[in-house]
Amino acid sequence: MSIWEYANPKKFLATTERVMPTLWISSAALISVGLVWGFFFTPDDYRQGSTVKIIFLHVPSALMAINAWFMMLVTSLVWVIRRHHVSALAARAAAPVGVVMTLIALVTGAIWGQPMWGTWWAWDPRLTSFLVLFLFYLGYIALWEAIDNPDTAADLTSILCLVGSVFAVLSRYAVNFWNQGLHQGASLSLDKEENVADVFSNPLYVCMAGFVLLFIALVFYRTGTEIRARRIKALIARERLEA
Amino acid sequence: MPDLGKYADAVLSAYAASLVLLVALVLVTLWRGRKVRREMENLQSRIKRNG
Repeated sequence: MSIWEYANPKKFLATTERVMPTLWISSAALISVGLVWGFFFTPDDYRQGSTVKIIFLHVPSALMAINAWFMMLVTSLVWVIRRHHVSALAARAAAPVGVVMTLIALVTGAIWGQPMWGTWWAWDPRLTSFLVLFLFYLGYIALWEAIDNPDTAADLTSILCLVGSVFAVLSRYAVNFWNQGLHQGASLSLDKEENVADVFSNPLYVCMAGFVLLFIALVFYRTGTEIRARRIKALIARERLEA
Repeated sequence: MPDLGKYADAVLSAYAASLVLLVALVLVTLWRGRKVRREMENLQSRIKRNG
């Protein structure tokens, strides 16, 4: 069995439809458990008070905002190199999910920043690179909508995705590149000193796992929808030709 | 309900905004998926009918 088998739309739909119920249920269960655990059963932080509970939404959404773009980059490169339509449609399907994740990260960050930093927004390297990533997502979605020919749209959005990857990398490593700004370093680290305490990191890992599964479920489902929408266009075009 | 102290507004509004966005994303995804699936079925049955 090869991964390229899933470039066949029928094989992709048959396989994803089989795993969808498991993905929906497990993502909902993990997110629910993680959020309930984090919200109700973790103590306040000694410096940040109860605002530390925002971490259970802010970090998983920021993680998925960046990883969604990398998934789009990989599928876009597969389209550019191997011309598999399912791959291009998967990238298209992931963009709205990525934009919502980025928006959640920005909104929760602003709400968290206000009481901690005394401001909703600062032109800090990580915040700014996240805002640029958000704008790239909007541009990517707009480009898909603006071009009628799906192959041309896939080509141009792939190039945009490649360019935007610079900002996805910056969003992830901005705090390491520039040792300045308000945003703290990574919350999760192999370094015990830097990593958040276990009492917070355990429910955080559960939430992150839930967000990853939710992302996969949404992308599989949305890719199926894109495949069907393209098939409808093809059938209508054939009907018109035959009429 | 845990005692969120003076940051209750910030914490609750962050949770409310995030959950609204997540639920809206899932609902819009499912709604569009069902709509396209229905269109596809209607089109296929029309093509079958017309030969």
